[in-house]
Amino acid sequence: MRKLLCPMIAAALTACAAQAVKPDTQEHAAAAAQESSADQATGPAAAPPRDNDFYPSTYRVAPTAPTLIEHATVLTGTGARLEDADVLIVEGKIQSVGSHLQRPPQTHVIDGHGRWVTPGLIDIHSHLGVYPSPGVRANADGNEATSPTTANVWAEHSVWPQDPGFRTALAGGITTLEILPGSANLFGGRSVILKNVPSVTYQGMKFPGAPQGLKMACGENPKRVYGERKQFPSTRMGNVAGYRAQWAEAREYLRDQQEYARKHAAGDKDAKPPKRDLRLDTLAAALKGEILVQMHCYRADEMATVLDMAHEFGYHVAAFHHAVEAYKIADLLAEQGVCAAMWADWWGFKMEAYDGIPENIAFVDAAPNGCAIVHSDSEEGIQRLNQEAGKAIAYGRRAGLDIPPERAIRWLTANPAKAIGVLQRTGTLEPGKMADVVVWSRNPFSVYALADFVLIDGVVRYDRAQPATAPASDFLLGQPAAAGLYP
Amino acid sequence: MTELTRRMTHRAQLALLSLTITCGALGSVGLLAAPAAHAAPPTAILIRDATIHTQTAAGVLEHADLLIVDGKVAGLGHGLHGPADAHIIEARGRVVTPGLFGGLSHLGIEEIGLEPTVDDYSLQLGSMRPEFDVTPAFDPESIVLGVGRLGGITFAVVEPSSQAGGGNAPGGSIISGQGCVAQLDGTIVPKVRALFVDLGGEANALSGGSRAGQFMLLQQALTEVRSPRALLNGDQRLLTPAGRQALQGFVSGAGPIVFDVDRASDIRQVLTLASRDKLHIVVKGGAEAWRVAAELAAAHVPVILDPLDDLPASFDSVGATLENAARLQRAGVTIAFSLDDPQPHNIRKVRQTAGVAVAHGLPWEAALAALTRNPAEIFGVADREGSIARGRPADLVLWDGDPLDVTTLADQVFIGGRAQPMQSRQTLLRDEYLKKLHTNTAR
Repeated sequence: MRKLLCPMIAAALTACAAQAVKPDTQEHAAAAAQESSADQATGPAAAPPRDNDFYPSTYRVAPTAPTLIEHATVLTGTGARLEDADVLIVEGKIQSVGSHLQRPPQTHVIDGHGRWVTPGLIDIHSHLGVYPSPGVRANADGNEATSPTTANVWAEHSVWPQDPGFRTALAGGITTLEILPGSANLFGGRSVILKNVPSVTYQGMKFPGAPQGLKMACGENPKRVYGERKQFPSTRMGNVAGYRAQWAEAREYLRDQQEYARKHAAGDKDAKPPKRDLRLDTLAAALKGEILVQMHCYRADEMATVLDMAHEFGYHVAAFHHAVEAYKIADLLAEQGVCAAMWADWWGFKMEAYDGIPENIAFVDAAPNGCAIVHSDSEEGIQRLNQEAGKAIAYGRRAGLDIPPERAIRWLTANPAKAIGVLQRTGTLEPGKMADVVVWSRNPFSVYALADFVLIDGVVRYDRAQPATAPASDFLLGQPAAAGLYP
Repeated sequence: MTELTRRMTHRAQLALLSLTITCGALGSVGLLAAPAAHAAPPTAILIRDATIHTQTAAGVLEHADLLIVDGKVAGLGHGLHGPADAHIIEARGRVVTPGLFGGLSHLGIEEIGLEPTVDDYSLQLGSMRPEFDVTPAFDPESIVLGVGRLGGITFAVVEPSSQAGGGNAPGGSIISGQGCVAQLDGTIVPKVRALFVDLGGEANALSGGSRAGQFMLLQQALTEVRSPRALLNGDQRLLTPAGRQALQGFVSGAGPIVFDVDRASDIRQVLTLASRDKLHIVVKGGAEAWRVAAELAAAHVPVILDPLDDLPASFDSVGATLENAARLQRAGVTIAFSLDDPQPHNIRKVRQTAGVAVAHGLPWEAALAALTRNPAEIFGVADREGSIARGRPADLVLWDGDPLDVTTLADQVFIGGRAQPMQSRQTLLRDEYLKKLHTNTAR
C-alpha cells in the first residue's frame, strides 16, 4: 500500500508548492463571516440577508452575578498553564485571568483549590439530536440517504433538542458542539453549531453568529450506500467525480450570481438573478468561505486528493474528520492549515480504519503548526473528550513526544473553535470571550477527573453536587425506569 | 506457538532497537529487553520491588517480588531470589496486576468490520443452532490480538452474535451459538465454552416480532431437550439432534448461558426462567440491572456490563446510569466488565470503563476484580487467569502507573510466564511514521 501511497502524496506536494496557501485562510474566512453577520445584526444591512438569518438563534445569555474561580490550576487554551490562579467572569464574559484578582461586590465564588479550570470543551463532530437516544427509527434523522448530494439539507432541521445526550455531554464539560449530518452522502448537508444549553427549540441552542459547516464524506460510506443500490457513486473515483461535478456547477452558479449583482449595482433593470437553488446556495457559500467545509475522510491518500480538489475549485477544508491516517501526512495537513479531528484509539471497524494508531493525535500535534482536534462522533465519547486526550498524551509520551496538559487542552478547545469558526468568541480563557468554562475536580486528563461545574456564558449549567437540578430531557420525565437515576 | 513467539520476539527486538535509535523513547520506560533471537526465553524471571495486586486473599503486596519459573508463579513475597540465570526486572514500585479481561467480543473472528469475508461471528441459517461454535473460526494470528495484548489484556471471551451486519442481515437466531475463552497469545482455553442468547427489543426480528416470542422459543427448545418424550413423531422441532445435545450440555451446567438483556422486566423473566429450569446463567449488558440488583444477588447471577452505558440507547435501557456498576457491587452482585460493542478492535478500552466506574462510586479493588478475578470465575478459567498466586500460570502485567487510568500504559505483558513482545501492527506503523515525522520526510 505504501508503494502506491507515496507517488500520490508526492503529486499532492507538487500541487501545494504551486499554490501558496496561507495556513490561516480559514480563520480569516470565519472571522469575515462573523463580522458580516454582526454587521447585519447591528448596522444597516448592505447585503441581503443570507438564508441562515431566517433561522436565527434565539439563545440569550441570562444575566448573572459575577463569578470568581479562585486558586485553581488554569489551562487557558492558549498554551499557558497558571498555578494558583483566578478566573473572573462578569456579564457572561471572561473579565480577567490571573493571580489575586479583585472580586466585585456580590460575586459568586468557586473554590478552585485542587481543581483545574479549562475552557469549555468543544466537540466538532457530534450527531446528538439528529441520531438521538433512544435510537428509535422515528428519530433517526441524520442521513438524508436518498441522493449522494444533499447539500440543500440542514442538520439543524433534524435536531431533537430533547436528546438526553446533551445533558450527559454537559456533565462531561461540553459547552459547544457541531451537529453534522451523517456520512452516507458525498455532500451530506449543512451542520449547525450549538451551545449546550437546554431549550425546547434548536434555535434556543444555536450559537449566535457562528458560521454553518458543510459536511462532506470520502471513501467507503458513500460508495457503499449508493453502490449497494447500483447507483452512482460505487467507487472512490466515482466519489471524486461526484464532488467535482457539484463544485463545477457551484462555481457557475456563483459566477451567475456575481454577474447579476454587478449588473444590478450598475442599474441594469433587465438583469435577472439566477434561479434559486438551495443545494447550490450551500456550495456557493462554501466556495466563498462563509460555510466551513468539514470532511469525513479516513485514508491519507484520499485526504491528499481532496486537498488537490480544494485547490482546483478554490475552497478551503476546515478539518478532516476521523482522519485515522492523518499521522501519515501530518506535515501536509499542517502546511495547508487543515485541522484533523480524530479519535484517540478507535480503529479497525472497517477497512479504511485498519491503519489507525493511538499516536495519531500526538503525531498531528507534533508537526509544526499542526492542528489536532479530539472529536467524538459518539454520544458516549462526547462525555469523555478529556479522557480521549489523556490516552493520546500517554501514547505520545511513549513515542517520545512529551505533551503537557496546557498544550493538549487545545485539542478540545481552541483548535476545534478555530475549525468551526468561533475562536474569536470562545475556546480560550481570554478577556472578552464567552465565559464557557469547566471546573474539574483534578487534572482533567485523568480517568478519575469529573467536571464539578460547567459554565456557559457565565451561567452555571451543571453542578456535580446538585445533578438533579441539571437540565434533564423531557423524554426521561415520568419514566419509572429513570426514577432514581440521580440520587 | 513457541516458534511463532520466538520469531515475534526477534522482530520486537529489532523494532525496539530502531526506535531507540530514532528517538530513544522506549529506553526510559524500563521494558524487558528481548532475549537474543537464537536463545530460548529465560526459564526464570524475577520481578523485584513491585506493588502486586494479587486478587487473592493475599491482597495487595507492597515492595514485593514475584518469581516466574517455567511459566508459573513460583514465588511471591519479599526478598526472593531466583535461579542464577533468572532475568531480573526492577519494577521500582510499579504496579503488577493479573492480566486483564478483554470482555466479550468478536476477537479473532472479526478482523475488520463490514467485510463479510473476515467476519465469522454470526450464523445466518435462520434456524436455532446451539451447536454452532465460533471457536474453529478463531484466528490466533489476527492482528487484533496484538493490539489488545499491548493494552494489558491477556484473556477474553470470543462470542458469536445473533445478527450480522449491524442487524440488517436476515436469518440469525436468538441463540447465537457458543463461544470460548481465548488467551491473547492466541491460545484457546480447552474445554471451556459458553452459550449466548440474545433477548430484548433489538432481537425482536429474530423471534417473530415479539420479545414474548423469545421466551416461547426458549421454552420450546428446553422442552425438546428436557422432555423429548413429550414430543410426538412429526411434531415441529426447533433443534437438530446435535443442537439438542449441545443445549443439553449447557442445561446440565457444562458452561454458563449468557443472556444479553437490558430491560429490568426482561432480566426478571430471565431470572424466572433460570430458576425454574435450574440454569447456570450470566446477564450481559444489564443496563437496568441495578434496578433488579437484589434479585440478581439472591440468585447469584453475575452481570457483565459496560460501565459507560448511561443513555437510553433504546427503550430497553431507559434506566441506564454510570452508577450501574457501583450499585450492583453494593448489592452484592458479582460484576465483570466488557465493552457493549462486540467489535474486538478496541477491547483495550475496557480498562478505561473500569476507571470510569471508579469515578462513579465503585471501589478501586472491586473495579480491578471486575477485570480479572470475577470474569475468570464466571467463565471457569480462574485456575489460570484473573489472579496472581503461587503455582498458577503467570499471566500478568507490569504497568507504568495506575492501571485503571487512561494515562497509563502497560510496560510489559506476560502470558504463560512469557514476556510478550510489546509490538503490534500498530506499533510498527507508529515506528515507521515516527521516523518520518522526526526527519520531516513524511511524504
